[in-house]
Amino acid sequence: MGKLYNNAVEALAGLLRNDMTIAAGGFGLCGIPEHCIEAIKQTGVTGLTIVSNNAGVDGFGLGKLMEKGQIVKMISSYVGENKLFAELYLSKKLVVEFNPQGTLAERMRAGGAGIAGFYTKTGVGTQVAEGKEVREFDGHTYILERGIVCDLAIVKAQKGDHEGNLIYRKTARNFNPLAAMCGKVTVAEVEELVPIGAIEPDAVHTPGIFVQRLFKGAQFEKRIEQRTIRTA
Amino acid sequence: MPWTREEMAARAANELQDGFYINLGIGIPTLVANYIPKGMHVVLQSENGMLGIGPFPTESEVDADLINAGKQTITQLPYSSYFDSATSFAMIRGGHIDLTILGAMQVSEKGDIANWMIPGKLIKGMGGAMDLVAGVKRVVVLMEHNAKGEAKLVKQCSLPLTGTKVVNKLITDLGEFEFMPEGLTLVALAPEVTVDEVKARTEAEFRVGLH
Repeated sequence: MGKLYNNAVEALAGLLRNDMTIAAGGFGLCGIPEHCIEAIKQTGVTGLTIVSNNAGVDGFGLGKLMEKGQIVKMISSYVGENKLFAELYLSKKLVVEFNPQGTLAERMRAGGAGIAGFYTKTGVGTQVAEGKEVREFDGHTYILERGIVCDLAIVKAQKGDHEGNLIYRKTARNFNPLAAMCGKVTVAEVEELVPIGAIEPDAVHTPGIFVQRLFKGAQFEKRIEQRTIRTA
Repeated sequence: MPWTREEMAARAANELQDGFYINLGIGIPTLVANYIPKGMHVVLQSENGMLGIGPFPTESEVDADLINAGKQTITQLPYSSYFDSATSFAMIRGGHIDLTILGAMQVSEKGDIANWMIPGKLIKGMGGAMDLVAGVKRVVVLMEHNAKGEAKLVKQCSLPLTGTKVVNKLITDLGEFEFMPEGLTLVALAPEVTVDEVKARTEAEFRVGLH
């Protein structure tokens, strides 16, 4: 059987527990692992810390887990689209660690790459820098940011093969390759499952070593947040 | 007569230069794309992972996998490329982007900018704004001069900061300001707007060097 599973419930079996940390790919609702999120909702696992650029919208994406009170902490850069999120945060029922988007991406990449920390100019002089080591290099000020490793990562790709090699499509790539790297275990859901050899080795975005389990998603909703049309 | 949002965007387009890689923020800055001079080649970056943003799609071109940083549907161009978010911010943080045009809630006379949170009220997050102001070569801000009668160009930002001493130019509906070594300088006025009117509606100290 190897890495291949029939669906999200089977792929996540034995991996979920209360109070764990989960990295999720996606930007807004673009490229989110919607089947994994639904399966996590069904298990009712709670106390989750989620590392994800955004927090979904009311009723979709990570918003589903928020509605059921399964998330206690979010590490995110932008949560402007989720009203419930704002309510929970302002009433202190949800802890949010705001990370600059590039810092978040690099923290995930670094964690997955075995890099404990890195220095960046991003956030110097702001509340993001509070409590962090400050250091000068070549006359510029930097702060120390830590790599992130998560108990589990859930990602979404356009294509995957039985080895776990993944190809993303257009801007649905976003945080997915980085989430895949920073998970101790990574579960990928794909739109198309293809035979070994169907993916050109040169075209692989995420090499299979970063993916432990994968499955073909039954039907992707792929909701659009801001459908913007050109007039003629 | 103060500038409209469209006129502010058109003013900001004067910042563009042939060959520039540019990141446009959400809101008024997005409108700058409509004022790229004919014949000029610039490449627009979307920090969610794309270089070469094309126009909004027609109904039949709409693709859920192709959005900009404002989550709007867009299209690709023949020279577009896609990449992950770490690579995207390597471009931004690494100084490879020539110009960013952003919105703001407050800008200080020192060039500090606040545009991501109103404590206890508005919870959005900084998204890529902190990385952009820290890493892009030139930072231009487009904002309304006042909000509900309050000055937004202030001595010191009261809102949580996005970056310190990072803004190079500010364009509001009343005029255009440069952050120079000598200090904040008013360099252009909207039609029929006077220096006295700008002073009355600004908390920050500024010099006048109209050209």
